[in-house]
Amino acid sequence: MEATIAGINVKVNEEGYLTEFSQWNEDIAKEISVQEEIGELTEKHWTVLKYLQNQFENEIPLTIRKVGKSGVTNIKEFYALFPGGPLKKATKIAGIPKPVGCI
Amino acid sequence: MASHLVKRLPKKDWNLTIVDQSKDHYYQPGFLFLPFDTYTEKDVVKSINGLIPKGVNYINKVVDKIEPTNNQILFQDDQKVDYDILIVATGSRIAPEEIEGMKGSGWHKDVYDFYTFEGSRNLRNFLRKWEGGKMVVHITEMPIKCPVAPLEFSFLADSFFKKKGIRKNVDITYVTPLSGAFTKPTSSKKLGYLLEEKDINIVPDFNIMEVNNDDKKIVSYDGIEVPYDVLVTVPTNMGDDVILRSGMGDDLNFVPTHKHTLQSKNHENVFVIGDATDVPASKAGSVAHFEAETLTDNILLYIAGKDLKEEFDGHSNCFIETGNNKAMLIDFNYDQEPVDGTFPIAGVGPLRLLKESVLNHWGKLAFRWIYWNMLLKGIPIPMVSRNMKIAGKNITSK
Repeated sequence: MEATIAGINVKVNEEGYLTEFSQWNEDIAKEISVQEEIGELTEKHWTVLKYLQNQFENEIPLTIRKVGKSGVTNIKEFYALFPGGPLKKATKIAGIPKPVGCI
Repeated sequence: MASHLVKRLPKKDWNLTIVDQSKDHYYQPGFLFLPFDTYTEKDVVKSINGLIPKGVNYINKVVDKIEPTNNQILFQDDQKVDYDILIVATGSRIAPEEIEGMKGSGWHKDVYDFYTFEGSRNLRNFLRKWEGGKMVVHITEMPIKCPVAPLEFSFLADSFFKKKGIRKNVDITYVTPLSGAFTKPTSSKKLGYLLEEKDINIVPDFNIMEVNNDDKKIVSYDGIEVPYDVLVTVPTNMGDDVILRSGMGDDLNFVPTHKHTLQSKNHENVFVIGDATDVPASKAGSVAHFEAETLTDNILLYIAGKDLKEEFDGHSNCFIETGNNKAMLIDFNYDQEPVDGTFPIAGVGPLRLLKESVLNHWGKLAFRWIYWNMLLKGIPIPMVSRNMKIAGKNITSK
């Protein structure tokens, strides 16, 4: 399905995650960040988002452990940056799929 | 793999050897049934000696290290063996020591795993006497072997306590680091009813920081606490320590592997199969079975100096026990999520995809026989191909 985020038509799934990463840009990230009640994105937020996107592009599955040991942030800080489900929210803002199980 | 290759490689040119540190081989899917007294110990274990294919050597030793640059395996008794081609099938193990307190004073007293023979058997002994309270079924982090097993465990527990007549005394809570019990769109739509129907509570987005054995609660990084009387946890899953000792793995000791050819990314004469890989398929027995067919072909191509087939599609086929003698079946791959339909014959079945049925349950129970008598011998399952089939699936365009 399609949605308009930051004035741009993008393809999203039922939960509002972008399905085509190539359509992502920083304005889209800022708008989703507000929707997810994360608010204004700081430099630290952007560093973490870029790290997640890089992992996605290299087909590396995302886990809290990997983020915590990445050297980019630690788990406590990751929670502080994206409270209430950091991987779920950060991936949505980064324009990449959230981690899922097989069903 | 040995069963496949012994039939395909000329005996005069090739010497096949299985190295296994254990003398026993476990039917790991059976660990799900052991706690509920559906299976006994002898249903899930056999001596490896009886399983080695004719014409294949067996070395029962612990590997200290693989040296892929020297094409050598070093054993802990200082012996070594050379190889021309190595297939790594070292699987995955639970690592409860990764979480503070998990392997603490409550381990196998009121904190259990069911991913090991010992854990599953000890949990059975506990459940035989348990009269009720708070049961928490918990996943530490992904990826885990058989990702649906904790959910199946919750459903089977509901049935088990109902049959015992103590369901009203048991509170079951399912705790997951994912955003829900079902995370794929079709499964969420079609299966969402199951938890409510079985009165199973859910705590999603829970990333565990510690198990507090004194207060009997698990605590997340953002301070959420879930109390338990018995904790049934799936600890962190990691590749075998030999991968760490050999410097061949990622941060979870899984071996970087090409997801379509199953060749190691770092050493061209090393191939990887099953849970030992880092490929984004389910860590499930069916995946290893389908991988084996592609990998056999690719090893023959490698020997012939030809290009490998980029064939493996992540095909996975799993029965999901839903309790009350019913089960579902899912069939999916890297790109296709599980959907409803018929299997293995399109439009006929007799098995139904993503829908509960008694026949699916019998299929799951029959699988133990199929495992010991067909899969380990490298016999293909009739009508079930290595690559996933689209026919028979109700796929709606996105």
